[in-house]
Amino acid sequence: MSATETQTAPESEVETSTERRLNMIEAINEALDVTMSRDPDIVIMGEDVGYFGGVFRCTAGLQEKYGKTRVFDTPISECGIIAAAVGMGAYGLRPVPEIQFADYIYPGLDQLISEAARLRYRSAAEYIAPITVRTPFGGGIFGGQTHSQSPEAIFAHVSGLKTVVPSTPYDAKGLLIAAIEDNDPVIFFEPKRIYNGPFSGYYDKPAQPWKKHDASIVPEGHYTIPLGKARKVTEGEALTVLAYGTMVHVAEEVCRQKGVDAEILDLRSLVPLDIEAIEASVEKTGRCMIVHEATRTAGFGAELSALVTERCFYHLEAPVIRVTGFDTPYPHSLEWAYFPGPVRIGEAIDKILSE
Amino acid sequence: MADRPDSAAGQGSNKPSLSLHVPEPHYRPGDAVDFSHVDAGEAGREPRPDEACDPADMRDLAYGLIRVLGDDDRAHGPWDPKLDADTLRAMLKNMAVTRAFDERMFRGQRQGKTSFYMKCTGEEATSISAAMALASDDMVFPSYRQQGILLSRGYPMIEMINQIYSNRGDKLKGRQLPIMYSSREHSFFTISGNLATQTPQAVGWAMASAIKGDSRIAATWVGEGSTAEGDFHAACTFAAVYNAPVILNVVNNQWAISSFSGFAGGERTTFAARGLGHGIAALRVDGNDALACYAAERWAANRARSNAGPTLIEFFTYRAEGHSTSDDPSGYRSAQEREEWPLGDPVMRLKRHLIALGEWDEERQEAMDREAAEMVRATTKEAEANGILGHGLHHPFRTMFEDVFEELPWHLREQAEQAVKEREIKFPEGLPK
Repeated sequence: MSATETQTAPESEVETSTERRLNMIEAINEALDVTMSRDPDIVIMGEDVGYFGGVFRCTAGLQEKYGKTRVFDTPISECGIIAAAVGMGAYGLRPVPEIQFADYIYPGLDQLISEAARLRYRSAAEYIAPITVRTPFGGGIFGGQTHSQSPEAIFAHVSGLKTVVPSTPYDAKGLLIAAIEDNDPVIFFEPKRIYNGPFSGYYDKPAQPWKKHDASIVPEGHYTIPLGKARKVTEGEALTVLAYGTMVHVAEEVCRQKGVDAEILDLRSLVPLDIEAIEASVEKTGRCMIVHEATRTAGFGAELSALVTERCFYHLEAPVIRVTGFDTPYPHSLEWAYFPGPVRIGEAIDKILSE
Repeated sequence: MADRPDSAAGQGSNKPSLSLHVPEPHYRPGDAVDFSHVDAGEAGREPRPDEACDPADMRDLAYGLIRVLGDDDRAHGPWDPKLDADTLRAMLKNMAVTRAFDERMFRGQRQGKTSFYMKCTGEEATSISAAMALASDDMVFPSYRQQGILLSRGYPMIEMINQIYSNRGDKLKGRQLPIMYSSREHSFFTISGNLATQTPQAVGWAMASAIKGDSRIAATWVGEGSTAEGDFHAACTFAAVYNAPVILNVVNNQWAISSFSGFAGGERTTFAARGLGHGIAALRVDGNDALACYAAERWAANRARSNAGPTLIEFFTYRAEGHSTSDDPSGYRSAQEREEWPLGDPVMRLKRHLIALGEWDEERQEAMDREAAEMVRATTKEAEANGILGHGLHHPFRTMFEDVFEELPWHLREQAEQAVKEREIKFPEGLPK
C-alpha cells in the first residue's frame, strides 16, 4: 500500500490546529521552537544562528528564548560544526547544526560521510549520530556558484544518511520535526528560493507570497510528517512528474499552463525514498519525467531514472526523461539560463507526451 | 615553465630564484644514528604552574620537556605526581600486559589469524599513564594506538581479541578493521580509522558535558602526523572558543608510517606550540616517562574539571616498531634509531624507578611478565574458540545490513534478500561447516 499523501497530509499526527499562514522560514523556526521546548537535549549551532538569528532568520528569537548554551554561534569551520555535533550526539544530545549554505558543507564532508553516517554501523549501535544538519540549497537568488548549489545527490549516495527536502511551509515544519526526532543523521535541505514564497519558474514575473498557497496553513504545536512518504501534489493520468523542493512548484505551474494531466509527486525525502508511490504512479501513467535543479550527470535523477526503468519498464510508453540543471557551475549572470525553468520543462513534456 | 602574467618580460629579472624545501629525516636505513641534537634536558627542570594558569604565562612549557624520572631512576621536581607504590606497580602491570598483548596479536596476524594489527611498543605510557590520571568515566576519543587505555580501564581482553579476529564473539559484528575497538561502557569512543576526526568530536562531547553541567571531561589522542589534518585545527579552535573541558593529547612518535614528523611541521616548531596560537595551555612531555605523562594529564584534567580550559599535551616519544603489520620500518629508517633513542623505554624506566624505591625487583618483574604472557596466551585461546578471521565463525551475514539505519529501509531489505539468494546459489547443499 502506498502511503502517499495529498495536499494536507491526512496521515500526519496533528495535536493542535488553528489556521495560520506562515512562510517557510517561519515554519522552520517554529519546528525548532516546538522541538526545543519539548526536548532539553536539542541544541542549535552554526554560523550567525545565535543572537542574529541566522542569515535567513530561521533561528530568530531562539537564543533569547532558550539561552546561549542551547543556541549559539560557531567558528567558520563546517568540519568543526559537524564534528562537534557528532561528539554532542555521542554524549546524548540531539544537535541541529546549521550550515549557512549547502555550498559550504564540503569542509564537513568527512565528518558527515565517514563519521556521522557510519557511527551506528561501526560501533554496532553503541554510538549513534542523531543529528539534523539544516542547510539552505538551490539557486535562483543570484547567489553565484557558491550560494546556489544543489548537492543532494552526494548525500543520497552515502549509506547511513537520510536526505530530506521540503517544498512547502507545512511540510517544512512536519518534516523538520520528524528529522530532529529521528535517531539517524539527516541532511535537511531547505530550498531557499521558496523560503518566502512558492516559485513558478517565471523569474520575470512578480514573486508570490506563501500566504496565497494552501500549504502555508501551518498548525501550531507538534506534528510530524514521516520521512520516506511522498506527497501527491496533483492527481493525473498522462504523466508522472518526480520532483522535490523548488522544482515541485515550477513543474506544477508548467503542467497547469500546458493543461497537462500530470501526476506530480513531491518526493520530500530522497533517502528513504517512497518507491511504492513512484511505482504506483508510473504504472498508472506509463510516463515519467524527473525534474531537479542540480547538475545532470550522476544527479539524483539518474538514480530515479534507473529505479523507474528497472521496476516499471513494462508499463512505460516512453523513455524516462530528466530535466535538470546543466553540468556547469551555477553562473551568476546567466543563472536563468542554467535553471531548469518552464521552457526546458515544457519541451521535455512535449517530447515525452509525443512518444 | 608555467605561465606567468609577466612572462613576456622573461626570467631575466634581478629577483632571486625560489627553492622548495622538502623535509628529509636525519637518518635513512644503514645510517649511523646520533641523537645528540635532541635536547632532553634534566628531569625536574621544568616548573609546574598552577592549573588555572594563563596559557601566555606558561609558554616555555610548550618548548621545553617535562621530565620526572632522572637518569638516577628517581623522581625529580615539581611534576613528580608522588604516586604510591601500589599505583606505580599497577601502572607497570598495565604496561606489561599491553606489551605482551601486542606481541601475541602481532604474531597472530603473522600466523594468518587476522588481517591487521598495530603495536604501541615504546608508547605505552602515553596512553596508560594518561588514562590512569583521568577518572574512569571521563570520555576518551582515542586514535588507533591507545589499546593501553582499554586495558587500563579493565576492558575484557577477550573482547579485544574477538574484535581483532572479527569472529562471532566480536561485539562490533566483524564490521571494523582489527583494533578499531568501541566500548561505551568504558567511556571509550568508537575508533574511526580516518585520522584526526576524533579530535573535534571530543571537543563537541566536552562542550555537551559543559552544556549539561556534568562533571566529566573528554580527552582525545592523535598522532603528530595527523595534526596536519584540518580536523585537528577545528578541534583547537572550538576548544579555545568555548573553553571546552577537553585534553588534546598529541602523541609525537616521530613517524607517520614512513613520513617523519617533519612532514607535519616538526622541523619548525614543537607540536605543543600548536596550542599556543589558539590560546590553549600547552605542555610538552617526555612520553617515555610514565610519571611525567601521568602528572601532565592530571594537571590538564584538573584544569578542565575546574572550568579553567583545555590543554594540548605533546607526548614526545618514539614509535619503536612499524606503523602496523603492513609496513617494514627497515625500508625507510635506520634500525639504530630505536636503540639510540635518548628517552629510553617507558617500561624499563618505570621498572627501574620502582626498584630504586625498593618496591620492586627483577624476580617480581620476570614473574609479572611471565604471568602477563600466560594470561594473554590463555585469553587468546579462549577467543579462538569463537573463530579467527576467514574461518567462517563470524557473525551471521544478515547482520551486514543492520545498523546502517535504525530501521531497515526497503532498498536495504531488497539487497539483504539478494544476499540470501547469492548464498543459496553459492552453497546449494547448505552452508559449509
